Amino acid sequence: MSELLRLAFASLWNRRGTAALTVFAIAVSVALLLGVQKVRTEARESFAATISGTDLIVGARSGPLNLLLYSVFRVGDATANVSYSVYERVARHPDVAWAIPISLGDSHRGFRVMGTSEAYFEHYRFGRKRQLEFQAGKPFHDLYDAVVGADVAAALNYRVGDEIVIAHGIGNVSFAKHDDKPFTIVGVLARTGTPVDRTVHVSLEAIEAIHLDWGSGMQAPKGARVTAEEARAADLTPKTITAFLVGMESKATVFMMQRALNEYRQEPLLAIIPGVALQQLWELVGVADRALMIIAAFVVLAGLLGMLTAILTSLNERRREMAILRSVGARPGHVFTLLVLESGLLALLGVLVGTALTYGGLAALQPWLEHRFGVFMEIGALGGYDLGILGAVVGTGLLIGAVPAWRAYRNSLADGLTIRV
Amino acid sequence: MTAGPVAPGVPTAPAIDLEGVTYAWVRGRTVLDIPRFTVARGERVFLKGPSGSGKSTLLGLVGGVLRPAAGRVAILGQDLGGLSGAKRDAFRAAHVGFVFQMFNLVPYLSVLENVVLPARFSAERRAKAGDLHEEARRLLAALGLGTDLVARGVTQLSIGQQQRVAAARALLGRPELLIADEPTSALDWDARESFLQLVMRECASAGTTLLFVSHDVSLSGLFDRSVALAEINRAAATPAGDAGQTRSAA
Ligand SMILES: Nc1ncnc2c1ncn2[C@@H]1O[C@H](COP(=O)(O)OP(=O)(O)OP(=O)(O)O)[C@@H](O)[C@H]1O
Ligand SMILES: [Mg+2]
Repeated sequence: MSELLRLAFASLWNRRGTAALTVFAIAVSVALLLGVQKVRTEARESFAATISGTDLIVGARSGPLNLLLYSVFRVGDATANVSYSVYERVARHPDVAWAIPISLGDSHRGFRVMGTSEAYFEHYRFGRKRQLEFQAGKPFHDLYDAVVGADVAAALNYRVGDEIVIAHGIGNVSFAKHDDKPFTIVGVLARTGTPVDRTVHVSLEAIEAIHLDWGSGMQAPKGARVTAEEARAADLTPKTITAFLVGMESKATVFMMQRALNEYRQEPLLAIIPGVALQQLWELVGVADRALMIIAAFVVLAGLLGMLTAILTSLNERRREMAILRSVGARPGHVFTLLVLESGLLALLGVLVGTALTYGGLAALQPWLEHRFGVFMEIGALGGYDLGILGAVVGTGLLIGAVPAWRAYRNSLADGLTIRV
Repeated sequence: MTAGPVAPGVPTAPAIDLEGVTYAWVRGRTVLDIPRFTVARGERVFLKGPSGSGKSTLLGLVGGVLRPAAGRVAILGQDLGGLSGAKRDAFRAAHVGFVFQMFNLVPYLSVLENVVLPARFSAERRAKAGDLHEEARRLLAALGLGTDLVARGVTQLSIGQQQRVAAARALLGRPELLIADEPTSALDWDARESFLQLVMRECASAGTTLLFVSHDVSLSGLFDRSVALAEINRAAATPAGDAGQTRSAA
């Protein structure tokens, strides 16, 4: 076997021009496959890392995915609200460590505005239990203070001290503006790679204040309006909020609290565990990425078929070589093995070069990806799944190699020692 | 890379013994019908015959690459008919060296690597060769090839040089039988004779039996015996076949 391997090597080296092209074709396709796989795992991880540390998300009763989407991903709308008293009761519950209220519904130049409390900056976690950090400034303190996410600041070129106006509703172009009560940016959050980056944060009281003179989607007529300063004196305790996040003192009580909330009599509530809901959502989104993976697999197959073509076309001019080998004692089985080994070697080299290409590309693109998309591609060792993929590529290469090998085997049986030129 | 134990051959038996052997490439068109053909141990036999008469086919039978339609092919006392395909291959690798008309060498191996190839497929040849590279160099030198050629790629050699390399390879590990199928036809006359003399000297010193096929009867004087295929082949007489009806060699 090792002798045949040496022969296969020498033979490939002799045709190194075409062999290199074949290896390169396989390498590129393998790099694509590994790249897709990397993006896939990375996407899944960053998806799962959107929110962490939160044990329950509580909103008005609707679907779990809907609740997850509007409370965490800022996609879609709540169909109903939760009364503020429920939030207060839960927040005061002895088993509850912290609760973060969320009030949604307004926007600023396409970015969602979220009313919340200081607890948000203290307890909200994403990724591997990472806390929110400030790129500049500090949390909101005054009624008309706002804290913007990194994307908001970058896209609109905002700095601490800038004034912004919040629009009523969440349409991209909203004509109804709360321009009588402008906000001052007091903080810019560091990039998180999550929807937090695209959010404008204000206090719950601020949300109340800008809606004091609003009713049924319209601002009150001129005479009945409340000025920004007058609003400060008003009672700004909200009646309702959109949802709230809960962190429990102990994981053991999560399910109990979830059941209690879901069975709450006074009001139809829904409490979900973020991890479970994220998993459900990923299964929906995952279809697209599986399709991508299948496409990449087919590209690899195309690379291997290229190899098949190259070997098959070389076969005729190598009939003589096979007959020579037969005359010095090679059995037809040796001829078969030799050709399978050649395919295997090509596939193996392709896999190695492809892996190198992947790592090289990753190292080159990493800063750009992080800067541009906030996605940090970790460069680590190949995972078991990756190794499985690579093994499958080499295996398929060997399998495909059986085709020319079988041809050469038949030839060498038919040719015997007669050498045809 | 060898296929189990190789049939040893019987030391006293003739090198080649064909009995009642027939062969047809196409059904009904018998190319060979040989009642009896024997070559003794150490004998050097010149086999002649016109083109298409079946000389190469006969060598294929002797080498165990082809199986006769009928009859018995015994090489060194071993009946090849009783061996499986793999065993026949192993037997050939161990006991028979081949030289062909042209293009004998594996193009991607060096001269030295080409010469030691048989030892890679036969443990017996390897054992008999002793120090492989030393023996290969000795054979190459004995066949008149300078040591400077040894590490070269074979494609850089002249045809005459290539044939010498092929002969060195066929003789490596002292096989009992050397089969040469028109190895000199691409060489000029001087080269032919010197090539043949060197090969014969090696055969004599190793006790190798030589079966040499050629059109060129001018070489026949150098052999112990000269055989025309038509003499031993009954199929040559039948006018139905295209074989044997063409020009006579000479
Ligand atoms: N592989 C093959 N398939 C079918 N017929 C073959 C094959 N090889 C040889 N033949 C036929 O068998 C006959 C003998 O061929 P062979 O090659 O043995 O002749 P030869 O005496 O060696 O001729 P040459 O001197 O030209 O080499 C010819 O009629 C040839 O056409
Ligand atoms: Mg011939």
